[in-house]
Amino acid sequence: MSGYRLSVGGRVVRRHAVTFRFDGKNYQGFAGDTLASALLANGVMLFGRSFKYHRPRGLIAAGSEEPNALVLVDRGPGRRTPNLRATGIEVYDGLTATSQNRWPSLKTDFGAINDRLGMFFPAGFYNKTFMWPRSFWDKLYEPAIRRMAGLGDAPTEKDPDHYASTYAHCDLLIIGAGPAGIDAALEAAGTNTRVILIDEQDEPGGGALADPSLWPWLERSMKALNDAANVTILTRTTAFGYYHDNFIGAVQRLTDHMPQIADGPREKLWRIRAGEIILAQGAIERPLVFEGNDTPGVMLASAAKVFANRYGVAVGKSVALMAAHDSGWHDVFALAKAGVGIVAIIDVRENVDATLLTEAEKLGIMVYLNHSVIGVNGRHRVKSIQVCGNNDYLDGRIACDALLMAGGWTPSVHLWSHSKGTLKWRNDLGAYVPDQANENVCSVGACAGHWDFGNGAVIDMLPTPKGLTRAKAFVDFQNDVTAKDIKLAVREGFRSIEHIKRYTTNGMATDQGKTSNLNCLQIASTALAKPVTDIGITSFRPPYTPQTFGTLAGHAKDALFQPLRKSPIDGWAEDNGAVFELVAQWRRARYFPKVGEDMHIAVNRECVEVRSSVGIFDASTLGKIEVVGPDAAEFLNRMYTNPWKALEPGRCRYGLLLKEDGFITDDGVSARLAPDRFHLTTTTGGAARVLNMMEDYLQTEWPDLNVWLTSTTEQYAVIAVQGPNARKVLEPLVAGIDLSAEAFPHMAIREGVICGIPTRLFRVSFTGELGFEINVPAAYGRALWERLIVEGAHYNITPYGTEAMHVLRAEKGYIIVGQDTDGTVTPHDAGLDWAVGKKKLDFVGRRSLTRPDIVAPGRKQLVGLLTDDSNLVLEEGAQIVADPNQPVPMKMIGHVTSSYWSETLGRSIAMALIAGGHKRLGETLYIPMPDKTHTAKVSGMVFYDTQGARLNV
Amino acid sequence: MILIHCPYCEEKRPEIEFANAGQAHIARPVDPATQTDEEWKNYLFIRANPRGRHHERWRHIHGCGRFFNAVRDTSTDKFETTYKAGEPRR
Repeated sequence: MSGYRLSVGGRVVRRHAVTFRFDGKNYQGFAGDTLASALLANGVMLFGRSFKYHRPRGLIAAGSEEPNALVLVDRGPGRRTPNLRATGIEVYDGLTATSQNRWPSLKTDFGAINDRLGMFFPAGFYNKTFMWPRSFWDKLYEPAIRRMAGLGDAPTEKDPDHYASTYAHCDLLIIGAGPAGIDAALEAAGTNTRVILIDEQDEPGGGALADPSLWPWLERSMKALNDAANVTILTRTTAFGYYHDNFIGAVQRLTDHMPQIADGPREKLWRIRAGEIILAQGAIERPLVFEGNDTPGVMLASAAKVFANRYGVAVGKSVALMAAHDSGWHDVFALAKAGVGIVAIIDVRENVDATLLTEAEKLGIMVYLNHSVIGVNGRHRVKSIQVCGNNDYLDGRIACDALLMAGGWTPSVHLWSHSKGTLKWRNDLGAYVPDQANENVCSVGACAGHWDFGNGAVIDMLPTPKGLTRAKAFVDFQNDVTAKDIKLAVREGFRSIEHIKRYTTNGMATDQGKTSNLNCLQIASTALAKPVTDIGITSFRPPYTPQTFGTLAGHAKDALFQPLRKSPIDGWAEDNGAVFELVAQWRRARYFPKVGEDMHIAVNRECVEVRSSVGIFDASTLGKIEVVGPDAAEFLNRMYTNPWKALEPGRCRYGLLLKEDGFITDDGVSARLAPDRFHLTTTTGGAARVLNMMEDYLQTEWPDLNVWLTSTTEQYAVIAVQGPNARKVLEPLVAGIDLSAEAFPHMAIREGVICGIPTRLFRVSFTGELGFEINVPAAYGRALWERLIVEGAHYNITPYGTEAMHVLRAEKGYIIVGQDTDGTVTPHDAGLDWAVGKKKLDFVGRRSLTRPDIVAPGRKQLVGLLTDDSNLVLEEGAQIVADPNQPVPMKMIGHVTSSYWSETLGRSIAMALIAGGHKRLGETLYIPMPDKTHTAKVSGMVFYDTQGARLNV
Repeated sequence: MILIHCPYCEEKRPEIEFANAGQAHIARPVDPATQTDEEWKNYLFIRANPRGRHHERWRHIHGCGRFFNAVRDTSTDKFETTYKAGEPRR
């Protein structure tokens, strides 16, 4: 090792060495190291290239606030994770990590030319520069900018890992297992409350892990908590979001720290509902803003203490401190005691506590009060610093290989802000702290502004003599925002911090400005000559740190992404080569191709067989609602446009359902089984919507009606047997029902038995042929279907799918709600006046049918459309115009809603919604398409068997 | 995720069990046929959009299935109270 590992100290396991790779080179570390500490121990200080200027960057911090050291960890195909903070990656044998945003290598990066051109890249540069010409943006500007300015590459392979998720409930949730969080947990330990304590690190302790004097306390406390039956401790778990009613989202990292790919889930999403929440998130140290503050080797004083005391690593051999706060002094005293060489303490303040000076003197550290760092020498690592008196401007150079910054502390109010708790400004801290809670929550310890680090001065930037550049004094390290950018934004007229933030992008990187927000606020405040509290505050939003999509998705992917509904007959269709389509969440057989058939040929064959002999169709997905009760007929009479009260038991009726605005929302054939019992059907996609609508009226408008509604969609399998031979197929199989035309007319229902199975047998037709729809309990569906296939073989019974069903119904002009209607179509528009009860004084939507807009002329109406070229099948959705020679943009008067090839008719047919369509019968209209303009004549909607003779046989 | 108190189940349940059903206390006119176009338009389309207290209907659709009324603050998303359909406005 290169001598940055201290000979003693730290919590790493020195007898357990591990070998890992960074940028293709092998290094040694110890178990307990992070990638950051292990590389530091090897003398590596260069971790990445900055976002915009490609400047060399090292570590700033030791925790999850780290803005610079973002690396990619490669665990094999599909397991490459970019943009991980080196400070949060636990090293293990075989860990492979690479730096990002550099080419060809970290030390030689061609993109660094941007740094030399920095004067040309001010805030808003992209907005100002790449405006013109517009066409260059997609092909040239954006790809080029993305290549140059970027984070790591997203993996392209499918993620092979799986992710768990769970719900948890507790009385008390404590977020953060530092001293404050542990104290809170100890108080609740042993009581009869359920307590969960979570911490993002691999080991509880927080700040105490960097303070060996607290280790005995930590060990005692954790033993007590582990022994307490009511306390659950989750480590490697980040509470990333605080949602309504004390609902916390947290991600537990389960396997990423293990050398071998584990069988178990990679991460686990915890959704925790807590009675009370204690936030003990701690505080984050602020960097100082000065020229060259992003040079590798310039880092937070607290981070250096963590590296020394927790990991046993010196961040440098001769270390200087630039302080505005007492905490930095304490940190370097701790470093000195741990064996790190300290060369100087520079403090921007004129006076500091005498005890600090005494201690520094005792340790032999040079002290420069009322001084500031005005420059840093060294490109890939600090070599020396320029120090200057704040008043006399006398400067000198101090040789050192690391410079620590102690700019004061920022309470971590992220989760508090997610919960919509208010904040108040503390002038003494130069920071916002929690004020009024919006949930049952309290903040304790450093995240509430309570700490014992001593005092500090609140400054925006370090003083610099006039004339010296501060062009590279960085505020937001991850987004490469300098103090100059913020001042430029103010000069250009931005006044609110919300606007300054968006213009400069300060605080908008993946770290959400954990180290930069308050410095930005102070600089803007100075530039605007207004108090910080007058220029607004930006909001923190989830997630606290970036989380994987995999965890958020959990098991909800692939087949589990959303439920797939299958009918009881789906398995038969699959076994018999059906091609499926999705209808709402249902998988439905679209057609049943025989060997060598494409869709067109298969559908033509299916249609012809239905019209000439008999077809069989799985209609199980139809929505079904059982309507029961003494007021059932009255209720349906109020809901549907048709009259229902006079419908006799044993008869069916086509029902048209409007919304209160008068537009068609659903339709379906329904049967009266008994005076107080109806079997309703709805469209496949509308079942849930219709039931909800009916429940709404029943519960809230007409609670006096005694009616019960029950969804029976999945209780019945429905098999449609359609065609001139349908009766012949069923007759031998049915018992207790007279199938003759006289005894069982069209639009009737009978209850009986088919193949020994109780059935509700409908005589209905969506094809225009003699037809039956057999309802049997769902579990019998496939057995009955298979029996019908066998029994119907004599008549060449042909299974047909939804595509043939569409063609057959269109030949008859039967509409499909949602395809031929679009939520603005009235019964009159759809040519369904006959379905509206003229004598009914009221039903849902009735009053709207006489609204001025509804009775006005020129409404789009549903009509048939026959192309002049009978072989041409129009595209569904194609727009229709009256005059093809008008200039573009043309006035569109409607569109094609349904369009098919009809093998039965030997020509194409279509339906269309056309303005004033009912009065245009016979008119020629035009359908302009990219290749040519088609012509078609408006017709009636019934293309086949206009008298309905085939139905009544 | 908000917890909503169902006045029928008498329990606080997660919001994913519920569906919003628009503004509350808009009764369907008893005899729509006698409504003027203006009155009917107001019933159909005109809704309040307050910042603050809002009376709205919710349905415990993945629970007991009942519609009920609620007072929710639209700026904080907090439920002030929920009560059964048919009970007076709160």
